[in-house]
Amino acid sequence: MTVEPILSTTALEKRFGGVRAVAGVDFSLQPGELRCLIGPNGAGKSTFFKMISGQLKPTSGEIRIAGHDMLNAEAYQIARSGIGIKNQVPDVMNGLSVRENLWLAAASRHRGAAIGRSVDRITERLALTAILDRLVGELAHGQRQWVEIGMVIVCEPRIVLLDEPAAGMSDEETVLTAELIREINKDMTIVVVEHDMQFIRRIARTVTVFHQGRILIEDSFDKIAADPTVREVYLGRSGGT
Amino acid sequence: MIPEFSATAARPPKAWWWSVIALIALAMVMLPYYVDIALQLDLSIIFVFALLALSMGFLWGYAGILSFGQTIFFGLGGYAYAVLALNTGMTGLPFLGALLIPVAFSALLGYFMIYGRISDIYLSVTTLVVTLIFEKSIRSTSGPEYVIGSVRLNGQNGIPGVPGLTLPWLDGAPLSIEGVFYLTAGAMLLVYVALRLLLTTRFGRVIVGIRENERRMELLGYDTRLYKLGAFVLAGGIAALSGVLYALWGNFVAPEMFNLNQAAQVVIWVIVGGRSTLIGPIFGTGIVQYTSNWLGTVGVGQVTLVLGIVLMVFVLVFPRGLLPTIGDAFGYVRRRVAGRGATR
Amino acid sequence: MLTVENLDSGYGSIPVLTGLSLSVSQGEFVGILGHNGMGKTTLLKTLIGILPATAGKITFAGNVITSAPAHRRARAGMGYVPQGRGILPGLTVRDNLLFAAAAVGARRSGQLEEALDDFPRLKAYLDRPGGALSGGEQQLLALARTLIQKPSIVLLDEPTEGIQPSIIDEIVDQMKGLRQRRGLTILLVEQNVDFIRALSDRVLLIHKGTITNEFSVDALTDTTAMGDFSSVEH
Repeated sequence: MTVEPILSTTALEKRFGGVRAVAGVDFSLQPGELRCLIGPNGAGKSTFFKMISGQLKPTSGEIRIAGHDMLNAEAYQIARSGIGIKNQVPDVMNGLSVRENLWLAAASRHRGAAIGRSVDRITERLALTAILDRLVGELAHGQRQWVEIGMVIVCEPRIVLLDEPAAGMSDEETVLTAELIREINKDMTIVVVEHDMQFIRRIARTVTVFHQGRILIEDSFDKIAADPTVREVYLGRSGGT
Repeated sequence: MIPEFSATAARPPKAWWWSVIALIALAMVMLPYYVDIALQLDLSIIFVFALLALSMGFLWGYAGILSFGQTIFFGLGGYAYAVLALNTGMTGLPFLGALLIPVAFSALLGYFMIYGRISDIYLSVTTLVVTLIFEKSIRSTSGPEYVIGSVRLNGQNGIPGVPGLTLPWLDGAPLSIEGVFYLTAGAMLLVYVALRLLLTTRFGRVIVGIRENERRMELLGYDTRLYKLGAFVLAGGIAALSGVLYALWGNFVAPEMFNLNQAAQVVIWVIVGGRSTLIGPIFGTGIVQYTSNWLGTVGVGQVTLVLGIVLMVFVLVFPRGLLPTIGDAFGYVRRRVAGRGATR
Repeated sequence: MLTVENLDSGYGSIPVLTGLSLSVSQGEFVGILGHNGMGKTTLLKTLIGILPATAGKITFAGNVITSAPAHRRARAGMGYVPQGRGILPGLTVRDNLLFAAAAVGARRSGQLEEALDDFPRLKAYLDRPGGALSGGEQQLLALARTLIQKPSIVLLDEPTEGIQPSIIDEIVDQMKGLRQRRGLTILLVEQNVDFIRALSDRVLLIHKGTITNEFSVDALTDTTAMGDFSSVEH
């Protein structure tokens, strides 16, 4: 089966001074996939995400979203083409309330009364009602992550990039996040960067391993967890339990 | 944590707010019947400067753009009106033209700064430098070769005899002092109400979002540069209106409209009143202008020194400005009272 | 070594901690577990002095420090690794470490080498700006920067966030080594149950700004932890 990939990169590269943070990545994502991206610290995962979302300009290579060349597009154009991203560190409007944050996200997609309706829907879905009028900057780390995830989904993107969505969340909240990700995967294509292997096991179908700015291996979770190279460079003795 | 800016701007004004606005409008209408001409003149110029402060307060407090150069558009507005009105002998069309010229210039300047993605601090410095360039250039136009149409720019001395606004229904007579009072009061009140309502719209909420986190707003799909440019041009237009009204008030324009002193005063008005509100800059202008007039009349002499000390006290003791601090105090008392009621 | 009695704290008018008490002995590793928004980060911020305590008493190494400023607490031997790392992004990794050492007055040569022995992964990045490191590397730097000050107690706010599994194992080993060599004490806030189990002697449960439960680490199997965790919540 050859469907046109919804997102693909060819020989994508990013240099910071002499450092090649991403050193030639050929990545391809089919519509409807739920892909997990793992790899050692400094392997280039976040840099890769930032290039796809337009926050960093690649040094060379190619980025295609649904067949369109997006290499030189502005971040807002990429967002409008249907890519939503949750960055690694909570990236929200700290001085505004949760309601206002969600409203601004929804208003980038909808007009008029539809904005309020989609804010209500996402509030209910993520159980944010109790903190709706709190300033986001005063919330706990994990709560801000939820708000940011809510802001991403309310825009109804085609592709969702989640950089460490379970960071700062308790085990129970992590389970809820995994459920949420599987649920939104019915409508959206998703790429997740995470270090929490229990979390990866819960959601993963295909796992891509980054190492030193390149793709080391791409396979099913079980094969990746058993791979000796992956164990050596990434998992260590805990072995993905 | 005290939020640096106000977060509640998006709420539509309530009925009490409209009542207060209506009362103030009524008071303005009645005022000339009860006070003398000197006070009307004093109040008119405070309203003119309050507009200038509003343009900066809106841009700084809500869009997060600190522009020291609102005096660019203030001065341009004043000079454009003077030159157009003296050349054409008309006043109505020059009034409009004097708004359009600074607006066009603010769009050009704003485009290069905002689409060039220069950082916030460089934007502040650039605006300051541009207003000083205008001041120096106009100061050096004293020679007879600097003429636009039939009007000499006169360098340091400025342009005297700028005609007052004539309205067709007033039989072609220029606006009286009372008329200027109504014009400036009405302009200030209208701009204030318009800005307050604008903040509840999509545009207003988006610029506040950009102030809080521009990158996140871009990642949500907003072309943040377009919104910032919109806010910059709008503020430029308000400053231009203030400049035209200044020319109408004094029948005179001079290079001082652009200078550092004038630019710094706008900042002081806004800081004293509080940039996280729209009403703050208006009150800040009133208080500072009234105080400096009063200091002048009682013969303190060192007006600038005293104002400087006042500014430092404000920055250190009330960093959010007068009105937000008063608002906080009210909120604190109200919570205390409500809290006691709840525990009983 | 550290005693907290009836501590109240919060942001502005919003109370977060209400009458929280706990104590940590010399050389002990204590973990604090709790849901988001229950006051874990607020507790650490109040202990280090970034947030003022509105009521209660904090005693550290025999001195009452309830109203002491943060820098004095740091010099008295309190180390703090904040959530979100808080490194100096414009300075190199080397300068980040040297600044920290200088802040507590340490001028000995060789302290940098010692810190790098504990965190060999940082060696390769010494001359890179902190901001150019990846999230997990920044987290390591934040840990190293705190430990170079030779604190007697370290307050850790979710130190495993963004760190790859194999390095988490190394951190556990290092902390245990430091306890043996230097008698290090740790107060740890964490959501990663595996990590908290590997490192803590006992675990306190925080709920709505106060400590509601305590159990030994042996009792903290996955099922009981999850059970207690959720029973508090509902």
